[in-house]
Amino acid sequence: MSDFLSANAGILIAVIKVLVVVLLLLTGVAYITWFERKVVAHMQARWGPERVGPHGLLQPLADGAKFLFKEDPTPAGIDRFVYFLAPFLALSLSLSSIAVIPLGPGQIEIFGQRTWLSISELNISLLVVFAITALSVYGVALAGWASNSKYPLLGGLRSSAQMLSYELSLTMSVVGIVLMTNTFSLRDIVEDQRGGMLHWFVWPQIIGFVCFFVSALAETNRVPFDLPEAETELVAGFHTEYASFKFAMFFMAEYAAMVTVSFMVSVLFFGGYYSPFPNTPGFHWTWYLPAAGAAIGGVLLLLHGLRYHTAFGRVVLPVLGLVLIGAGTVCALPAVIEFVQGPFWLVAKVVAVLFVYVWTRGTLPRFRYDQLMNFGWKFLLPLSLANVLVTSAIVAFVAPR
Amino acid sequence: MSAETILFFVLAAAALGGAVNLIAQTHPIHSALSLIVVMVALAGIYLLLGAELLAAVQIIVYAGAIMVLFVFIIMLLNAGEEERTQISRAATWIGVPFAVILTALLGWRIWLSQAPVYAGPGVEMVRATRELSKMLFTSYVFPFELTSILILVAILGAVVLAKRDF
Repeated sequence: MSDFLSANAGILIAVIKVLVVVLLLLTGVAYITWFERKVVAHMQARWGPERVGPHGLLQPLADGAKFLFKEDPTPAGIDRFVYFLAPFLALSLSLSSIAVIPLGPGQIEIFGQRTWLSISELNISLLVVFAITALSVYGVALAGWASNSKYPLLGGLRSSAQMLSYELSLTMSVVGIVLMTNTFSLRDIVEDQRGGMLHWFVWPQIIGFVCFFVSALAETNRVPFDLPEAETELVAGFHTEYASFKFAMFFMAEYAAMVTVSFMVSVLFFGGYYSPFPNTPGFHWTWYLPAAGAAIGGVLLLLHGLRYHTAFGRVVLPVLGLVLIGAGTVCALPAVIEFVQGPFWLVAKVVAVLFVYVWTRGTLPRFRYDQLMNFGWKFLLPLSLANVLVTSAIVAFVAPR
Repeated sequence: MSAETILFFVLAAAALGGAVNLIAQTHPIHSALSLIVVMVALAGIYLLLGAELLAAVQIIVYAGAIMVLFVFIIMLLNAGEEERTQISRAATWIGVPFAVILTALLGWRIWLSQAPVYAGPGVEMVRATRELSKMLFTSYVFPFELTSILILVAILGAVVLAKRDF
C-alpha cells in the first residue's frame, strides 16, 4: 500500500486537491445564492428566505432538489447537440479557472510529498484565467442560438457582444500589474504584495482596479450589466428555453464565475492570501484574528440560536455556534495558527468582494444597451489603455525594476 | 508509451477529427465549433512542446476572440444550412492535384527530417516571453508593424462597406 502511495502520490494529491476545491466551490456557490438573496432582501427592507431551516439556511438544498425533480421539456426545432453542449460548456469552464488560483502561501506535505496550496501551479496562470474567460462566451452564445427561439437568440447576441467588448478592458486593466511585477504567475503577483496592505497593488493601480472591477461585472453578466437576461425585454435571455437541471447549470456557472472574479480581484489587487497587517513582531497579535473572529461569531450565534423562534432552529443554530467556537479554538493552536492565516485572509477578501458585488446589484439600475456599449468602448477601454501607458512610462523612466 | 505520447495522440486525433468535421458539416455553426476544437487541440500540443505562452495566446486570440466573432456573425446573419453542390471543374482538375502534391511534399520533408521534437517543460517561461517580445520589437519590428497596418486597412475597409448606403 505504501509503495503504491509513494509511486502514485502525485496523481493522488492532484485528485484530492481537485475534489476538495470543487466540493468547497460548489457548496460555496450554493450558499452564495443564499447570501445574495439575504443581503439584497435586507437592503430592500425585506426578510429574504426564512422558511426552509433557520434563517432559510436550507434554502440552497431545497432549490437544488427542486431543480433536480422539475420537468425538463425540450423545445421543438432545436439544434440538439449544441443545445445540450452549451450548459456543460458554461459550467465546466467557469469551474475550471479556480484551478490556477493560489490559495495559500508556501507548500504543505501530504504523503511525504511537498505540494503548493493550489490545484495547479503554472507560470502563465494569469493568462490561463483569461483564456478560460475568453472561452466562456460560447456557453451563453451557443445556448441562445441553439434554442431556436427569438428571445434567447437576442440574449445570446447581446451577451457575446457585451463579453467581447468588456474582455478588452478586462485584459488591458491587468497589464499594469504585469508591467510592475514582470510575471504572468498569480503566485508571484501575490508574493510581490507581501508586507501588509500598503503594498497592495490596489494603490498604485487604482485605475486598473476600477477598470477590472467594472469589466468583471460586465463579463459575468451581473447587474448593472445583466442585459443578456433583461426580464422586461427578453424574458430570461439566453436560458429562456432551458429548464430543470440544465437551467441550474447556467445558474451555477454564473455564480462560479462570480467567485472566480472575486478570487482574481483579491489576488491581483488585495494581496491574495497575505494578511493586511505586516508580518512583524509588533503585529503578531493579528495572527489570532481568525480564531477570535470565529469564536466571537460562534458565541453570538449560540446566544441568538438559543432564543430562535422555531424548535429546529434552537437545535441547529447553537450547534453551528459550537462548531464555530471549536474551529476558532483550533485556529488558535500554535501548530496550525500559521497555516490558517493564508486561506482565512483570502476567503475574507473574497467574501468582502462578493458583498460589494451583491451591494451593486441591490443598488444600481440596469444600463440601456447603447449606454453599455458606449461605456465599454468610449470610457473603460481608453481609461485602461491610458493606465497601461502611464504605468509603462513610470516603470521605464521613474522606477525601473 | 509515456503519458505525453498518449496525450499527443489524443490531441492530434482531436485536431484532425475536428478539421475533417469542419469540412463535413453543413451548418456554419457546427463548422465553427469544429474549428474551435482544432484550435484548442493545437494549443494542447503547444503545451506539450513546452510553449506555454503560445498555447495561452492561441486560445485567447484564436479560440477566444476570432472564433467568437465568427460565431457571432453566423448568429447575427442567421446563416442556415448549406446545400451540397457538385464539385466544380476547376477544383477537380487543379485544386485536388495541387492539394495532393502539397501534402505529399510536406509529408516527405517531415519524413526526411531528423530534428527531434522538443517535448516537456524546460524553457523558462518568463525568459521565453521576454525573448519573444524582444525579437518582435527589434528584428521583426518591420513585418510586425506592417501586419498591423494591413489589419487596420482591412478594418477600415469593412467599416466603409458597412457604412455605404445601398
